[in-house]
Amino acid sequence: MKVLIPTPLRQYAEKKAAVDVNAATVGEALHALTSQHGDLRRHLFSDDGKLRSFVNVYVNDEDIRYLAKENTPVKDNDTISIVPSIAGGIDR
Amino acid sequence: MLKISESALNQLRAHGEQTYPHECCGVLLGQDNGDSERWVTHAVACGNTRTDSPENRYNIDPKELIRIQLDAREQGLDILGFYHSHPDHPARWSSTDLAEAHWFGCSYVITSVTNGKAQNTNSFLLAGDEESKRFEDEQVEVVEQPDESRAMAD
Repeated sequence: MKVLIPTPLRQYAEKKAAVDVNAATVGEALHALTSQHGDLRRHLFSDDGKLRSFVNVYVNDEDIRYLAKENTPVKDNDTISIVPSIAGGIDR
Repeated sequence: MLKISESALNQLRAHGEQTYPHECCGVLLGQDNGDSERWVTHAVACGNTRTDSPENRYNIDPKELIRIQLDAREQGLDILGFYHSHPDHPARWSSTDLAEAHWFGCSYVITSVTNGKAQNTNSFLLAGDEESKRFEDEQVEVVEQPDESRAMAD
């Protein structure tokens, strides 16, 4: 399946906007992705191996937090999107 | 430097006026051909999911961004950054803005909106990495149309 790489992370994936991987779960797909592109690992995962809190991962149009998280099963024709959060606001 | 079309600039400023006294937010699309060749041609308005505190917080639904990203790709456009407004507050990044920024290499455009009227619009480039990040002041140039001969000569 295809893993879509967001703009700020493409520099760590040979400037690719998408990477093809084979996997049965989201976790396996992310592992395959970071095996192909090692520099991506520290940007997606914290030192304890957990997905960083601001990294949203979607399978097609569903947030994996509401599915089975990294155990979410995936099929060959699924698209996994990595979307860092976009947020902010005034300090008051 | 961030180049932006007048129409995109007017749209993001108008969005801030429409949502006042709440923060607005959206995505900036355009062409990225290198450091001096980033040109925003479209400002796409998004919903603010922070309905709990919209006067001083914004958040773009990742699902909405995925859709915008797919549409942009079909049009040959890149995500160059994001915009939001600061109701009755200066057009400068806050510590919250920095803490919540993760799109390195992208521009974060902020418009101050006072009493419902857009005031200053400033742009800040997110640099560094998660362990050491910063916003860098970014000059904004309003351009009407791409002028390839002028751009290549810069």
